[in-house]
Amino acid sequence: MSQTPQPLAPVECNDPMALPRRVALVRPDTRPTLRRREERMVMTFPHLIIREVIMFQVVVIALVLIALLFNAPLEGLANPLETPNPSKAPWYFLGLQELLHYFPPVVAGVVIPGLVVVALVVIPYARINLVAGPLWSGDRKRVTNAIAAASGLLVVLFSAFQCWAIVVPTLLVAAAMFLARSEGDGRPFRRFLTLVTLPEWIMTWFVVVAALLTIIGTFFRGPGWSLVWPWNMYPPA
Amino acid sequence: MSTLSLASLTTRLRASAVYRSIIRHGAADTNRNRSLVIFENLFLHVHPVKVREKTLRFSHTYWLGGITLAACLILILTGILLMFYYHPSVPQAYRDMKELQFVVDNGVFYRNLHRWAAHLMVLGAMLHMLRVFYHRAYRPPRQFNWVVGVVLLLITLLLSYTGYLLPWDQLAFWGVSVGTNMAKEAPLIGKPLRFLLLGGNIVSENALLRFYVLHCVVLPAVMLLFLSVHIWRIRKDGGVQGPPEDGTDEEVEP
Repeated sequence: MSQTPQPLAPVECNDPMALPRRVALVRPDTRPTLRRREERMVMTFPHLIIREVIMFQVVVIALVLIALLFNAPLEGLANPLETPNPSKAPWYFLGLQELLHYFPPVVAGVVIPGLVVVALVVIPYARINLVAGPLWSGDRKRVTNAIAAASGLLVVLFSAFQCWAIVVPTLLVAAAMFLARSEGDGRPFRRFLTLVTLPEWIMTWFVVVAALLTIIGTFFRGPGWSLVWPWNMYPPA
Repeated sequence: MSTLSLASLTTRLRASAVYRSIIRHGAADTNRNRSLVIFENLFLHVHPVKVREKTLRFSHTYWLGGITLAACLILILTGILLMFYYHPSVPQAYRDMKELQFVVDNGVFYRNLHRWAAHLMVLGAMLHMLRVFYHRAYRPPRQFNWVVGVVLLLITLLLSYTGYLLPWDQLAFWGVSVGTNMAKEAPLIGKPLRFLLLGGNIVSENALLRFYVLHCVVLPAVMLLFLSVHIWRIRKDGGVQGPPEDGTDEEVEP
């Protein structure tokens, strides 16, 4: 080439939406790989910072309104001699307290929460969570047998403890897993179901069970941990 | 003599030696100064100077981690205010609740704010964890940050639970009695652990003092430690990760 290259000069750009170009010198004997997709970048200030400030203000305003409208609960002075019936833990432990109704304390208070924590910690290290495709994308017969065996085992196990609050969601989730075998009528929801992976099915099952136990423990348990309707609860939940 | 306006005042303020000694860069009207806003600020420099535009979308994270952090900041502020009026002793702790309610200016408001922000933080942390799971944002290189997140969720629950005892009313006393009776069932370590936590075999004044120290000193300190790692690693791992997309890992040779 006869043309002499222009000397490089720094250029200051003041367009906040502008994407600076990176220049790389590549030696002819190397074969670098490149990402096909180039992502649009924006300046953190102001684009992200302004959103963070707005988010914080929304949280503060919402909480202030709630704090002005609703008083935090305060009952009488603690009295070790007068046990309220029922005595309940805070709402996020009421799922566990509900389990205490079905299982021996060591299972409800130690084994199950321990298993949940271990299961949460190993999620990113379990191969199934990293490579899983849609549930029915593999060997269909194997998947059928596995779901039937696993849900059957869980149903028998929890039925033995008469823990219907776990048995019913287990059956429902297993039914939904079989529903995901085909697209059916091809509606968006059915198509969405066929894409759900096994880890997502398991997590959904866990969330439904945990939420159901917490709701029952909070709103449907009265004196002696008996089942009551929320409108018959005294004191109200 | 130049006309006095807000703009000229601002310009003169920005040019002053004192202002320049605090904020070293000029107004954020050039991309260079917009960068300096971020990396010359202790509190903002956990951010990169530029972020991927799509991470700003609401559905990318639903802001759940941010909302949890916001609730955490509100809890620290209101918690410090409440500490000025609180004695961790029986029955003064309960009387302090009544003082907050009837005597202290805005006392009941700050107690309400602290209580509801605590619920928001627990709920926010749970929903944040679910969002990260369903977006598969725990995948490499973010595995360890997920584990740190699980630890933070447990610390959040412990913080909320230790705070639950402090009003020393019937709700607090029996709520904590129920929970600590469950801990007793753990084989071998259950009973000694409960004794250590309560400073005795029943929920008493000793338990109140221990829960107070855990709630106001130990757990917040551990929380801040893990929170720093959690937030720092978001940046180290390439920013917030939204829903999975097709073909992002597709690499080609030029």
